[in-house]
Amino acid sequence: MKPRAARRRRQSIFRVTVVALIGLFFALPIVSMIEFTTRAPGGGRTLDVWATLFDVGVIDADYPELKTGILASAGLTLLTVVIMLFLLVPTMTWVRLRLPALRRTVEFICLLPLTIPAIVLVVGLAPVYAWVAYFLGESSIWLAFAYVVLVLPYAYRALDAGLSAIDVKTLAEAARSLGAGWPTVMWRIILPNVRTAVLSASFLSVALVLGEFTIASLFSRDNLQVAINQLGHRDGSLAIAAALAALILAFIVMVAMSFVGTGRRSHRPEEN
Amino acid sequence: MGALLGVVPFFAYTTIFLGIPTLIVVFGAFLDGSGRPTLGNLSALAQPQIVSAFVHSTVLSAVTAVLGAVFGALLTYAVSTAREGGLLRRLVTSLCGVLAQFGGVTLAFAFLATVGAQGFITLWLQKHGIDLAGSTWLYEPYKGLVLVYTYFQIPLMLIVFLPAVEGLRPQWREATESLGGSTWDYWRHVAGPILAPSFAGAMLLLFTNAFSAYATAFALISQGSPIIPLQIGGTLSSEVILGQENVGKAMALGMVAIVAVVMTLYAVLQRRTTKWLGP
Repeated sequence: MKPRAARRRRQSIFRVTVVALIGLFFALPIVSMIEFTTRAPGGGRTLDVWATLFDVGVIDADYPELKTGILASAGLTLLTVVIMLFLLVPTMTWVRLRLPALRRTVEFICLLPLTIPAIVLVVGLAPVYAWVAYFLGESSIWLAFAYVVLVLPYAYRALDAGLSAIDVKTLAEAARSLGAGWPTVMWRIILPNVRTAVLSASFLSVALVLGEFTIASLFSRDNLQVAINQLGHRDGSLAIAAALAALILAFIVMVAMSFVGTGRRSHRPEEN
Repeated sequence: MGALLGVVPFFAYTTIFLGIPTLIVVFGAFLDGSGRPTLGNLSALAQPQIVSAFVHSTVLSAVTAVLGAVFGALLTYAVSTAREGGLLRRLVTSLCGVLAQFGGVTLAFAFLATVGAQGFITLWLQKHGIDLAGSTWLYEPYKGLVLVYTYFQIPLMLIVFLPAVEGLRPQWREATESLGGSTWDYWRHVAGPILAPSFAGAMLLLFTNAFSAYATAFALISQGSPIIPLQIGGTLSSEVILGQENVGKAMALGMVAIVAVVMTLYAVLQRRTTKWLGP
């Protein structure tokens, strides 16, 4: 047998074994959540908890915190992604084109939140959010400002990889010499070429925002995770079901988006 | 000068939501309740529960970074041998993307459902004569938290490390083979040294990830604050003792100092990685 074919077979055995073993470790808590939420009082199985979770009327009447949390997180996800893209894509492109000397600085700032744990950010953001509340009100939606900072490093990396893969300068110069203005260059030249990077920056942001708890909890605002945690004190099974549902939802979003990213053509989410 | 206008929004935004909070922590750590300069907050860090929280956090993060890096690297390599754009790769990458960010409350609840007092595994073990229900191991930093944290460290490792592993070009392996090298030679002399800086860098990133985690431990532990993020959270949400208003900021500064050291090392490694694996 040729060595390459033998290696390919060895690799595929290795792959199956490792993915199966690590997969088992990851599946166990998920399976346990399913098991836990389907227990019937006298033994046996029931789907009552899940029926409650998907009964909009019951949730609305008996678990208003969950509804508030879901709506707040949906809004936060959208606003965070929009601010992140409008802040990063033009800035990073512009820096590459016109201000290469600032590239290190922008990178440093974007990666800085990695050295500042969310809990530390909360300590420092408390006075800033006192001003946000003063100007814009106490709505949970303004947490998006802090969330953009949290997603900066991940979004920066994804977008930087995308921009590095194309020749921004040549593309922009070509477009400019054909008479395109800067907005056209951004919208019609750069964006379509980095759409995969834009999408992956967006999923990372969505996943991070859907899972965020620290800042919302310590500022006493609402989001999905805060609601699930509150629910945990009241109804363990329902809280675990809600947590699992949120996890599955996030997973579906990620898989769907990963398919969109490799699709023929993808449109950027509309500005809201 | 006109070109600089293009970056004003970015710098304005990051100044307000990143720069100012950082300065508040740094300066606040050296101010007392009425705004006078003091070193009292820093000396308050010597309190036994704060010292032990720092130690717990550091050890917990280091152990889970190593575990996450080793298992995560195995998983990464296994996935990288699958067809690019194939279902397995897409599925695992998406799953890891979710699980790495999804720590927190969900994860804590998942483990309560698994090995909590009424958990699936706990009940199963009980049936087989092993009683864990009375034990508090799940809430202890060196036992339960290690297990729970590893659960989000492995997926993060995959996300951080996959680009480096994908950077290995098949030609290098072919070149090794055509020179008579074995698989071992390839790993020992080619792929290993090339991946080493990225591996170490990813491990440092995992350390800071665990070190910063708040939500998982918060949702899991209802009594006491064994790790430093919980200690800081406590100073924000409860009544603070007079004269200790800014001890939280001093603890926060301590966390930043530890993370900064780790991230400096990371930056050095990163520079080496881009030199070797760069375009």
